[in-house]
Amino acid sequence: MKTVFEWGAPGRRCTILPALDVEEQLPEAPLRDAAPRLPEMSETEVSRHYTELAGQVFGVNNGFYPLGSCTMKYNPSVNEEMARLPGFTGVHPLQEDETVQGCLSVLRTAEEYLCEVTGMDAVTFQPAAGAHGEFTGLLLIKSYHTERGDLKRTKMIVPDSAHGTNPATATMCGYDVVNLASGADGLVDLEALRAAVGEDTAGLMLTNPNTCGLFEKDILEITKIIHEAGGLVYYDGANLNGIIGVARPGDMGFDCVHMNLHKTFSTPHGGGGPGSGPVGCKEFLAKYLPGHRVTGDTGALRRERAEQCLGDMRAFDGNFLVVVRALTYLLMLGKEGLPEISKNAVLNANYMMSQLKDVYPMAFDDNVYHEFVITMEQSVKRGGVSAMDIAKTLLDHGMHPPTMYFPLIVHEALMVEPTETESKETLDEVIRVMKEIHEEAQRDPESIKASPKKAPIGRPDEVTAARNPIIRYRFGEETN
Amino acid sequence: MGTFVVNTEQEQKQMLAAAGKSSFDALFATVPDSVKIDHLNLPEGMSELETAARMEGMAAQNTVYRQIFRGAGAYHHYIPAVVKRVTGKEEFLTAYTPYQAEISQGVLQSIFEYQTMICELTGLDCANASVYDGATAAAEAVKMCVEKKRTKILVAQTAQPETVSVIRTYAFGKDDPVQMIAEKDGVLDPEALKAALAEDSACLFVQQPNYYGNLEDMDAIAAMVKEAGAKLVMGCNPVSLGLLKTPGAYGADIACGEGQPLGLPLGFGGPYLGFMACTEKMMRKLPGRIIGETKDHDGNKAYVLTLQAREQHIRREKAGSNICSNEALCALTAAVYLSAMGPEGLKEVAKQCSSKAHYLQKVLAEAGLQARDAKPFFHEFVTVSETPSSKILEALREKGILGGLPLNEKEILWCATELNTRQAMDEVAEIVKEVRA
Repeated sequence: MKTVFEWGAPGRRCTILPALDVEEQLPEAPLRDAAPRLPEMSETEVSRHYTELAGQVFGVNNGFYPLGSCTMKYNPSVNEEMARLPGFTGVHPLQEDETVQGCLSVLRTAEEYLCEVTGMDAVTFQPAAGAHGEFTGLLLIKSYHTERGDLKRTKMIVPDSAHGTNPATATMCGYDVVNLASGADGLVDLEALRAAVGEDTAGLMLTNPNTCGLFEKDILEITKIIHEAGGLVYYDGANLNGIIGVARPGDMGFDCVHMNLHKTFSTPHGGGGPGSGPVGCKEFLAKYLPGHRVTGDTGALRRERAEQCLGDMRAFDGNFLVVVRALTYLLMLGKEGLPEISKNAVLNANYMMSQLKDVYPMAFDDNVYHEFVITMEQSVKRGGVSAMDIAKTLLDHGMHPPTMYFPLIVHEALMVEPTETESKETLDEVIRVMKEIHEEAQRDPESIKASPKKAPIGRPDEVTAARNPIIRYRFGEETN
Repeated sequence: MGTFVVNTEQEQKQMLAAAGKSSFDALFATVPDSVKIDHLNLPEGMSELETAARMEGMAAQNTVYRQIFRGAGAYHHYIPAVVKRVTGKEEFLTAYTPYQAEISQGVLQSIFEYQTMICELTGLDCANASVYDGATAAAEAVKMCVEKKRTKILVAQTAQPETVSVIRTYAFGKDDPVQMIAEKDGVLDPEALKAALAEDSACLFVQQPNYYGNLEDMDAIAAMVKEAGAKLVMGCNPVSLGLLKTPGAYGADIACGEGQPLGLPLGFGGPYLGFMACTEKMMRKLPGRIIGETKDHDGNKAYVLTLQAREQHIRREKAGSNICSNEALCALTAAVYLSAMGPEGLKEVAKQCSSKAHYLQKVLAEAGLQARDAKPFFHEFVTVSETPSSKILEALREKGILGGLPLNEKEILWCATELNTRQAMDEVAEIVKEVRA
């Protein structure tokens, strides 16, 4: 595909603005020497270029998208309509409280729903994504220890099955990471945990169901061990879709949580964002929450700083229009609809796994929740196809592959999360295709290793990309 | 109740049986009974129609002003229709991060093009695929500059307060010291900067135009920072870069800013777009996703996520940042906006902003609200008067006009963009006159 810089011609333009209606006055400061080399395009060309690009993008609306830990569920259309209401889009974040009662109602109502769903007492919507929520949650924990003068708590315990953002977040909060090896059953090893805690434990970061798709059945004991050591427990909400409406982190002993509105609560991923990562916490941590709390009564809502507010995670009060989408979804589903999410997400995963486990080795083949993990380790050891090969072959069948090579504790992993918004016949078709790929892999592994064959491009050379980075268009006049 | 579950109860039963599970309870067998809940204490769900009515009711409780003269970090600009149509395409909207390059060339290329445009605007070599907003971009940028012997982050007092707060919050994580550099007459005090710069200075963060709309003497500031061996981080308004000397030309090491003016609605604060660009030397310190060009095995051009050895999923606790999801769709929006506007269109927006702000300053002065700072400015400025700010703003509000941001009861921070007409500005001046009479 042509780049946007190869479209158009000098002098072409869209006619957007009226003539200036006051005297021209430029800033009295140094101006740029040359204009930025932006494309000069007619509107036809702008539209054609981006339509061409959209033709080489695969979204949830294009087909099955079982990316483990990403919860790629269907994004309801009504969410988009609500997020485009001028009554929301046209509001300046620094308007006076009495003129933004609708926005504050959205935040207040969404907070009430999310508190109930997680078993927490307060929520901030300031974090813009999951990792940003993790950062916020850990800063709440840091604020708690700091205020108590408990400065010896320098260590954050993170299971080795955790998403990479967990240890990275702990580092951003100044903590030393204690990597906790998982047991052979894929769960937290209680003895290892007991051995890891001490007076220097600031806390534990945990996902439940965990990244192996398993529920930490000893969760009450786990949170007790941390609390008795004087630490706090953080819930990574990446996998909330597996238990929503059935069990709540707040009842398991977690002190704070982040949620991904772009996973569990159906807001779109936009090719990598914007998401929203609100953080909920128990009452004793609420006084540190960043940004503003919405206080007061309906009709007289106002924004206030928490008593010992830890500051701001970003400007203003979060990815508001994403919260609008999520609230639309929450209101629609309500008390009966929310538990249906996890029940059907877990059912779809169990159904798929049950139909595939005779053919594909499972890392853990019972009691999985909303996702399951295939391991191609034996195949690779025999010189057969890898997780990557299976993934790339799925592309030729019009399906997005599962998450590859994660969790790290499972070798040659393919992590499959079908979500609740897929039909039985879609799952049956995927099962059929995956069995067909398995057969072909036995018969002609080289063919599988050469996939994809029907995608717009073959496997890209990532090594060269990283070694000789070309990260902007060269405009013809530069050489590599 | 509403639902997006596809399968009927009958189908669910078949699937349970096929999975060897006797009931839904059997699926959740490893959840201890003591943490199970039997119901959520929430209202019943609603149909789409009822839900939409409820949400529209909330939207109707907000005041949407017919003219907005408030900026202070969020700017009201015209969004071309083609921008909304293109970015509403469901493929862009519903895709995940482009991990599978073979079927994601469209989104990868759009970000590669966005990175190029950010390099062009800032005059720097490298840009990332976006971070959450302008304030987090600043916080990430100053973090890139912290080295073993240079740990102190200097921040101009003239920066947007929200940005300063976020820099402080990020610094609290690692206990990095932050030192504010005082303001004098609406701009950074050069004497204070000189006194603060030392061998332990990691960088200076300075915003251009600054929070008050004033243009800092960047040449002088850059020279002082360079001489001290510290890094220069410039926060910029991207629209102003259609006109103003670039951070690259000033010798900045990093430029960052809020991309919201490039086609994103005010939206009560988000989602917005944090853009970041830097010199080639600092490329491997950039946080977040970066898209690179390469080839596939047949020699076809291909785009991929690259330089991933910097990122959390590879480096885990050794990563410089934990960022994973970013603001990709907002970056796409900015790219479509810049494509639709072109170099001339962007320059025209900047010119109109500047011209109208200067006109507004003039008519407000005639109405009795004097400019506070006698400094060059872009599209924001502060007025000062004895008439209480709240009284002026209340009178404007009654006429459907959002006035500037009150800094206190004497000072107001005004902003003008291409959306403010001469007629509306004359009207504002008239209302101010009446209030003062």
